[in-house]
Amino acid sequence: MTKSELVEILATKNSHLNHKDVELAVKSLLDQMSHALASGQRIEIRGFGSFSLHYRPPRIGRNPKTGESVALAAKYVPHFKPGKELRERVNNSFQRERERETA
Amino acid sequence: MALTKADMAEKLFDELGLNKREAKELVELFFEEIRVALENGRQVKLSGFGNFDLREKNERPGRNPKTGEEIPISARRVVTFRSGQKLKAKVEAYAGSEP
Repeated sequence: MTKSELVEILATKNSHLNHKDVELAVKSLLDQMSHALASGQRIEIRGFGSFSLHYRPPRIGRNPKTGESVALAAKYVPHFKPGKELRERVNNSFQRERERETA
Repeated sequence: MALTKADMAEKLFDELGLNKREAKELVELFFEEIRVALENGRQVKLSGFGNFDLREKNERPGRNPKTGEEIPISARRVVTFRSGQKLKAKVEAYAGSEP
C-alpha cells in the first residue's frame, strides 16, 4: 500500500471530507511524525507502536570505490518498535494462513 | 514528551480546520488502515517517511529468562520499519543529547 492508496482508502471512508483535505491531513501527519523525530522527540501510538531515535557512535568508514578511510560522525537513526496489537494481528493472520496451507 | 495521537489530531484541527471529532477519527483511521494492510500481508510504503515491511521468521530456540527453561520461539511474521532517505537525513542532523 502506498501513500496515495492510503489517501484513497481514507477518503472513501470519510466521504464527508473532501479528497484534498484527506490528502493534506495525511501529509500533515507524516510531517508531524518526521518533525518530532528530527527534533529528538519520541512518537507513541498505543496499539500501533513507538518511534524513537537510536544513537550510532562515530566510526571509521571506507569509500568502497577507492578503499580510502573516512571518519564518520556520530548520528541518530529512526527506530520503530511495533506495539502489541500490531504484532498480534500481523502474526495471527500469518498463523491462519499457515493453517490453511497445511489443512 | 512524546508525540501522541491527541497531539496529531489537535494539529489537524488547527491547520486544516477539521472539527475535533473528524480530526480524532482520521488519525485513528490512518493508523488502523496501516495495521489492516500489514495484517493482510501487504507492505506499506509512505514516501518521504519510510516503509513498513513484513518478515517471516523461522522457529528458533528460546529460553524463559526467569526460569532458564528452554522453550522454542515459534515461526512468526513480524513488522520492520525502514526509514526513507528524507527522514534519515532529517534525523541524522539531530545533534541533541541522547534521547
